[in-house]
Amino acid sequence: MIHRECGVLHTTYAADMALFPLPIARKSVAAIGVLFLVLVPIALDQYYLSILNLIFIAIVGAIGLNILVGYTGQISVGHGAFMSVGAYAAANLAVRLGFPFWLSLPLGGLTAAAVGVVVGIPSLRIKGLYLAIATLAAQFIIEWVINHFTWISGGVQASIEVPRPSLFGHAIASQREMYFFLLLFVVLAIAAALNLMRSRIGRAFIAIRDRDIAAQIIGIDIFRYKLLAFAISSFYAGVTGVLYTYYLGIANYEQFQIGVSIDYLAMIIIGGLGSVLGSVFGAIFVTLLPIAIRWVMESFGDLLFSPAAVHNLIPNLRLILFGSLIIFFLVVEPEGLNRLWRNIRNYFRVWPFAY
Amino acid sequence: MFDWQFLCLLVSNGVLLGLMYALIALGFVLVYKATDAINFAQGEFVMIAGFAVAVLIGSHGAPWWLAAAVAVAGMIAFGFGLERVVLRPLLGRPVVAVIMATIGLAAVLRGLGPLMWGAETRSLPLPISDEPVIIGPLLIAPIELVGAAVSLLFLAGFSWFFFKSRQGVAMRAVADDQQVAMAMGINVERYFALAWAMAGVVSALGGIVWGNLLGVDVHLALVGFKVFPVVILGGLDSIPGAIVGGLIVGVVENVAAGYVDPLVGGGTKDFAPYVLMIIALMFRPYGIFGKRAIERL
Repeated sequence: MIHRECGVLHTTYAADMALFPLPIARKSVAAIGVLFLVLVPIALDQYYLSILNLIFIAIVGAIGLNILVGYTGQISVGHGAFMSVGAYAAANLAVRLGFPFWLSLPLGGLTAAAVGVVVGIPSLRIKGLYLAIATLAAQFIIEWVINHFTWISGGVQASIEVPRPSLFGHAIASQREMYFFLLLFVVLAIAAALNLMRSRIGRAFIAIRDRDIAAQIIGIDIFRYKLLAFAISSFYAGVTGVLYTYYLGIANYEQFQIGVSIDYLAMIIIGGLGSVLGSVFGAIFVTLLPIAIRWVMESFGDLLFSPAAVHNLIPNLRLILFGSLIIFFLVVEPEGLNRLWRNIRNYFRVWPFAY
Repeated sequence: MFDWQFLCLLVSNGVLLGLMYALIALGFVLVYKATDAINFAQGEFVMIAGFAVAVLIGSHGAPWWLAAAVAVAGMIAFGFGLERVVLRPLLGRPVVAVIMATIGLAAVLRGLGPLMWGAETRSLPLPISDEPVIIGPLLIAPIELVGAAVSLLFLAGFSWFFFKSRQGVAMRAVADDQQVAMAMGINVERYFALAWAMAGVVSALGGIVWGNLLGVDVHLALVGFKVFPVVILGGLDSIPGAIVGGLIVGVVENVAAGYVDPLVGGGTKDFAPYVLMIIALMFRPYGIFGKRAIERL
């Protein structure tokens, strides 16, 4: 964190937009890489790794949703349903056709992307509130379809068991192996999103978010780019669904209901709209929140409430904290945790001087 | 042979339920009309009001009219407070922010209701008999008749308010153009608060009627999801639209449930209105009576 930017002068636009604008960024990314590749899997036990795995899955989904909501300005309340599309597509491919994960995973993502594009078609004519409601409708319709067509949902309780993903004949079963498996996708998701936003496509997305009519006037084909945003975002969502399915070993539509869509929206708002790092912060925060509440209530809840009351308290408390945090960040800090992080960093950048 | 009586039953039931949907949709339309804000927590408003009435009657032994009055008063206060604390700081921010704030609010209320009053389903007794009224071939639950009557009364009342009363005209002016309204000496913020309070009143009534019909627990909030097809079909800023949209949704979901449910095994009631809504969005996104927005740079 403590470094000087003196002498770093960008003389071209390419240098200014580079993935690592400062020399120190390379070093810090390398340090984070060592931390996650070597230290974390050695130091942590199964339980903490399982939490990290959940965070990793959430990060992929949050980045995807942020591309649509934060960068392109198109709201979607149906991302849980897109995840279920990916999950069931991959589960069916893996079970019926025996596809390995490296085929069923991208195919699951592509199926979700196709569905996402169909849902996104109305986004040319409608926006804001109407789009929110249309995607809400998509959430309900997709849920209903998956629930009522045994051909998709595999019949009993609408769930399909999937085999463990395997690499070179070795099944990825333990939490530690899962950790490396998921880490790969997190790195891919972050790198892809960062690069996408530096490209022509990313700039078009941002232009559409800021003022779509103005974007159209300067020659951006908004229909194409809005659909592209929906496609990329639901591809991410589909992959999230597949990863979650492989992680749990079962595809179940109950894991992808409307509440999940709202959880992911909460992640990107708390983390920071229109920021990849913010999505990561939000995913960590929102995944840890219920775990922290459970831990606090189970440790200290008995002092105030009866055990039965504690049981009732945990899910409700989670909802209340969740909603309050969404409102709090919207009202007080619309740029989310990412902004707080930047403030801290900017403070230390010139420390110990005032400016 | 085609069973006419069955169809009549479905349609009549749909009409009455549709009018009760219109009552809840009215709360949504009031807020949208005056403040351009979208309330995703409308169902939760209804749930909280239902909870309040059920608890007052069930646990404190209050007479139903007192409980209803307290709930209405409480929801008015809640509406004012909400506007002041949450919505006013979000003025002028993108639509997404307001939508997300009300989604957050919905989560808070859905946690708060069962946290304060327990998770079990409470009944909300009203002095209305359970015996169905028989009119010719039709069987009708009295509460549905009462609910429909209440919604018609309020829909008429609010139509009068918006077109004839001084406050209503001012509120329409605020909805039309905030800056011009301000320049004309209208206290815009006061009318915003008033709109949320009116939505609170309507939700309280909706909570009483629907709570009696369905019982009060967290699932009462799901009624709110029915509001969206209703208002999209009718037009977001139109009170007659809320009635017509409510009637369409009520009839369609009942008829669809009656004829399609045996084929696919349930769930059509929640699904059919949304299909209808998607079709409406494709062809007439501003609804049957809604005002078509023209965008300028």
